[in-house]
Amino acid sequence: MASQKLVRLINQSGLRVDGRRLDELRPIKLEVGILDKADGSAYIEHGKNKILAAVYGPREAHPKHIALADRAVVRCRYHMAPFSTEERKSPAPSRRELELSKVIREALEPSIMSEYYPRTTIDIFIEVLQADAGTRCAGITATSLALADAGIPMRELVAACAAGKVEGQVVLDLSDIEDKQGEADLPVALMPKSNMVSLLQMDGSLTENEFKQALEMSTEACRRIYEMQRDALRSKFLVAREEIAEKEEVAEVKA
Amino acid sequence: MLDLILKGKRMDNRGPLDYRHLTIVPGVIEKANGSAQVYLGKTKVLAGIKVQTGDPFPDTPDDGILTVNAELVPLASPSFEAGPPDENSIELARVVDRGIRESKAIDLRKLCIQPGKKVFVVFVDIYVLDYDGNLIDASAMAALGALINAKMNAYEVKEGEVSYKDELMPLPMKDYPVPISSAKIEGSVVLDPCLEEEQVMSCRLTVTTGKDDRICAMQKGGLGVFTVDEIKQVVSTSIAKSRELRAAIIEKVR
Amino acid sequence: MGLADVVGNKLIVVPVKGAYIPQIDDIVLGRVTDIGLSGWQIDIGAPYPAMLPMSETPIHRGREGGGRRDLSHIFGVGDLVLAQVIAFDRTRDPLLTTKGRGLGKITSGRVVRVSPAKIPRVIGKKGSMITMLKKETGTDIIAGQNGVILVSGRSPDQERTAVEALYMIEREAHTSGLTDRVRAMILEKMKGKMVG
Repeated sequence: MASQKLVRLINQSGLRVDGRRLDELRPIKLEVGILDKADGSAYIEHGKNKILAAVYGPREAHPKHIALADRAVVRCRYHMAPFSTEERKSPAPSRRELELSKVIREALEPSIMSEYYPRTTIDIFIEVLQADAGTRCAGITATSLALADAGIPMRELVAACAAGKVEGQVVLDLSDIEDKQGEADLPVALMPKSNMVSLLQMDGSLTENEFKQALEMSTEACRRIYEMQRDALRSKFLVAREEIAEKEEVAEVKA
Repeated sequence: MLDLILKGKRMDNRGPLDYRHLTIVPGVIEKANGSAQVYLGKTKVLAGIKVQTGDPFPDTPDDGILTVNAELVPLASPSFEAGPPDENSIELARVVDRGIRESKAIDLRKLCIQPGKKVFVVFVDIYVLDYDGNLIDASAMAALGALINAKMNAYEVKEGEVSYKDELMPLPMKDYPVPISSAKIEGSVVLDPCLEEEQVMSCRLTVTTGKDDRICAMQKGGLGVFTVDEIKQVVSTSIAKSRELRAAIIEKVR
Repeated sequence: MGLADVVGNKLIVVPVKGAYIPQIDDIVLGRVTDIGLSGWQIDIGAPYPAMLPMSETPIHRGREGGGRRDLSHIFGVGDLVLAQVIAFDRTRDPLLTTKGRGLGKITSGRVVRVSPAKIPRVIGKKGSMITMLKKETGTDIIAGQNGVILVSGRSPDQERTAVEALYMIEREAHTSGLTDRVRAMILEKMKGKMVG
């Protein structure tokens, strides 16, 4: 494929190639509980990203020797479908996918109360069906919902979004062309209630001040995405608590 | 140890911002184009450079190629097993690679022999020999030392044919990136964690900076979390420390 | 799922889905997956395999030596067993017993699986839902805490109606007025059957 012609990424009015302002998010759509067999699942469309996240667990640890005595082992597999990118990607896991599997797991695990399920595994599967930059962030946002869908107790949800630099300006939520031609990419995952950062990576070139700007921009966007996650959960699960038997009453009936 | 850290001291009497004793020995492997052995406290990492020719990537026909690989060989630690690279060695290689690549430390354009046809490929192979904490910094410093130390044959292109001359030239280097890794332990942050500190840390933040204080790579690792303020603080500290170590490395290797 | 409500500093999770974590005294319906020297391994749908030792069955008196062949005469691989959890903690797998009224091998009836978190809804406040189900469908229903429910009726039609009712409860567990709607559905179905 011939090298892409460079285009102006930010025009005179300060708008980007897709018409967004510098601090504007791409459209996001979230759906919870869309798979039948997985214990928990969620689907996200973030810009042109289309990503499926599934959770199996807690389940018996196989092989047994990987089990931990005091908590669940959390495993994560980030994988891109061969047709997800412009050039077909080989289905075999690449080094990038292995690194992302690790950092994504490290972004989500702090939110999981894995001490509830010793000697089990919680397996996370992220499949990128269509990629458009920001896949690890979108994957984290979706997986957090999938974990909630699976009924796994969590301290809070995790939301993620990248910021970056394009034509000298700090911008939010890079699209594919901005990621390829821009000067910096900074994916961030945030636990918004406690305001803690669980994923932080960067490549490119940023001054200390530009970095601070980009960090503020991405964490603020994470908070906005968190509200969308809560809406996605709320609309699916409204519990009429009065109708549910209390634990003691259940015991009475059995005896 | 935790008590000590809370009081601002560490096991080996270092301050929170102190690096362990650093030694770099360039040129230890004569058959490689370049090499450097780093001793950072008890951590030992050897980096070797091989320069070969190859085809350029289709989307960058005028650029040479950089490829970084890391091996956590079993003799380096009771916790390393033989086998294909695991997520830790892949992360290590990719973080070191990012620092070199994003800072444009090597002028890849100058490694182009014939645009679209033939370029130089720089293989950076990182060999961890003794694991006592902070492999990222030690490996990247070994890689940097090896790159500075590296020599390649001068060449000329006549009628589409490459011929090598006897004289040697250094790699075309433009920047000297140095990563600084910090470990968060019980709310305190220390630089250059040794093995015991890594075993108790909640998470780690590596910040790689180039010669004009520009951040070129960052990587958070571990199952813990950072506050936004901690991150800003770590970034500030790392930029300053990187400056200090860069000068020391260049001096030791030249 | 865990729908989180923050009360003070604690996070409260209201399970609507969720893995079955055994509790002591739970009645569970499980399937035998393996036979060991002194007992059976039972899959109770938890992330931990459960053990039913021979000493915890009412049949074992007087048996010496035993061995696999003897054990398989009591429960074979694939058998359905109604048991009670007698021990479980963070350091070991759940222990079961079949010493108790009604416990032991299940040979008839239909098995329905719902999410364990829905079992309280199947039982209802003060048993209102399950009592209504049994009465209106004429079946006997045992709801295991692990989400596995046994339905036994005199006729397949009755069992089928009860099964449909249970799936309806699982689907609509989060709504109000469910007991009345389920009763209405059952009466509708039963009426149809009697006429036809």
